[in-house]
Amino acid sequence: MTAEVISELMREHIARLAASGKRTDGRRFDEPRPLVVQKNYIKNAEGSARVQLGNTDVLVGVKIDVGEPYPDTPNQGVLSTSAELIPMASPNFEAGPPSPTAIELARVVDRGIRESKTVNVEKLCITPKEKVWIMFIDIHALDYDGNLFDAASYGALSALSCARVPASKIGKEDYPLPLEHWPISVTSAKIGGNMVVDPNLDEERIAEARLTVTTDENGDIRAMQKGLKGSFNLDEVRGAIRTSQKVGRGLRGIVQRD
Amino acid sequence: MEDIEHIPKELKLIDAKGIRLDGRRFDELRPIRIEAGVLKKADGSAYLEWGNNKVLAAVYGPREAHPRHLQDPAKALVQCRYNMAPFSVTERKRPGPDRRSVEISKVISEAFASVVFVEQFPRTSVDIFIEVLQADAGTRCAGLTAASVALADAGIPMRDLVASCASGKIGGVVALDLNKDEDNFGEADCPMAIVPRSGEIVLLQMDGHLTADEFDKAMDLSINATKQIYELQRDALRRRYASVAEAAEQEAMREPARSEEPPREMPPDLPPEVDDL
Repeated sequence: MTAEVISELMREHIARLAASGKRTDGRRFDEPRPLVVQKNYIKNAEGSARVQLGNTDVLVGVKIDVGEPYPDTPNQGVLSTSAELIPMASPNFEAGPPSPTAIELARVVDRGIRESKTVNVEKLCITPKEKVWIMFIDIHALDYDGNLFDAASYGALSALSCARVPASKIGKEDYPLPLEHWPISVTSAKIGGNMVVDPNLDEERIAEARLTVTTDENGDIRAMQKGLKGSFNLDEVRGAIRTSQKVGRGLRGIVQRD
Repeated sequence: MEDIEHIPKELKLIDAKGIRLDGRRFDELRPIRIEAGVLKKADGSAYLEWGNNKVLAAVYGPREAHPRHLQDPAKALVQCRYNMAPFSVTERKRPGPDRRSVEISKVISEAFASVVFVEQFPRTSVDIFIEVLQADAGTRCAGLTAASVALADAGIPMRDLVASCASGKIGGVVALDLNKDEDNFGEADCPMAIVPRSGEIVLLQMDGHLTADEFDKAMDLSINATKQIYELQRDALRRRYASVAEAAEQEAMREPARSEEPPREMPPDLPPEVDDL
């Protein structure tokens, strides 16, 4: 990975703006970029969504296939999440096996969906111990302008929400994926001691630390992930949780639309 | 509470008296033992037992970072490799990094990046190796706690040690330091790492189901526990270096006595000493 170059001017500019409560793109600290979701974007996927969060553009496909359950959960469907940071999306992404960044991205998105029990996996059992439906969530970053965590997470949830289980493959009728919860992740970045929500690329590059908090429709916390080399104090963490609950409500409405 | 249904009927993680399966109360840590300086080759090392977890940590560096394109001309990299031995878990783990290990390595590297004085060692890498020899939940916290001692043992300049611990929720109760069964059948787990003297949180992850209030309780438990863990870390280092310090002191005591002796003269006809290599 080549070191990202952000001019000292830009760094100072962002930090100075933040100190006076402003951001480069005119947003409030707790204001995410506009979210646009197009569901059923890919015909050959069982579920899919193209998500634009500002200029960050992510395509998520869900493929559902018959497979074997894990031995310790013989009557539950399986969820598997991967992410590809393709070189098209950023001059800093390289082709090759998944980087630690891509792995972390996939695992954080996966955690939010899995831990909130978004999909009722018991309804994905075909024959206990033998056959269950396996959901593959594939995250494809197309254009990277910061905060892939949230964009990918909205994409994954949107794709799941329109996915159909292809039961006709086994002589039954297709049915919608049994969705029961709506986890929304909201990422805050710490810049010069201020917390800004949904950082764009410039903000993300100079951020000291990052905290992704996934909450469900009741405002309960389902997953968290701190990232980058800086730190948070406990009050900042609590603040990020409240922001996630509040901002998440608005975004959830957009993801829930058809 | 839907999670509870998956627990085998006979398994109650915490009973009416608030006693857990292994006899602990909600706010009790498993026994922790730390030993510093256990490996010969590494620049610093530590061995840690935490309940049934057994973890080794080793530190090499600061040394030249490679591959070279990773080098930072302004500071040192802190690179951690967390690895589980194939025999460390009940079902054999395929050797080598899996996605979980890659993620844990990444978050631990990031946790240490802010405490190591990286500006002092441009273009170098401080390499941290964590080997989980026996796993029983909480291995990333155990590994991080051990690695912190290993860094100090290696003499890497740091602002402070980092102490780590997890709290979670079992049978509806927020509890400290979940063991394997509690982690498998509990409702939430939230590992964290903190710089004890400043209260900076350098690692934070969570999965499961917690309300904001429960999260606060969990963090209270963890923060309190890290104070104990911090003491154990410092104690391990003290024990390691007490003997070194003692030897140095004895040496110092001998010095003045020797200096009162008349200087020994070298026999002039002796050949110069040759280092036998």
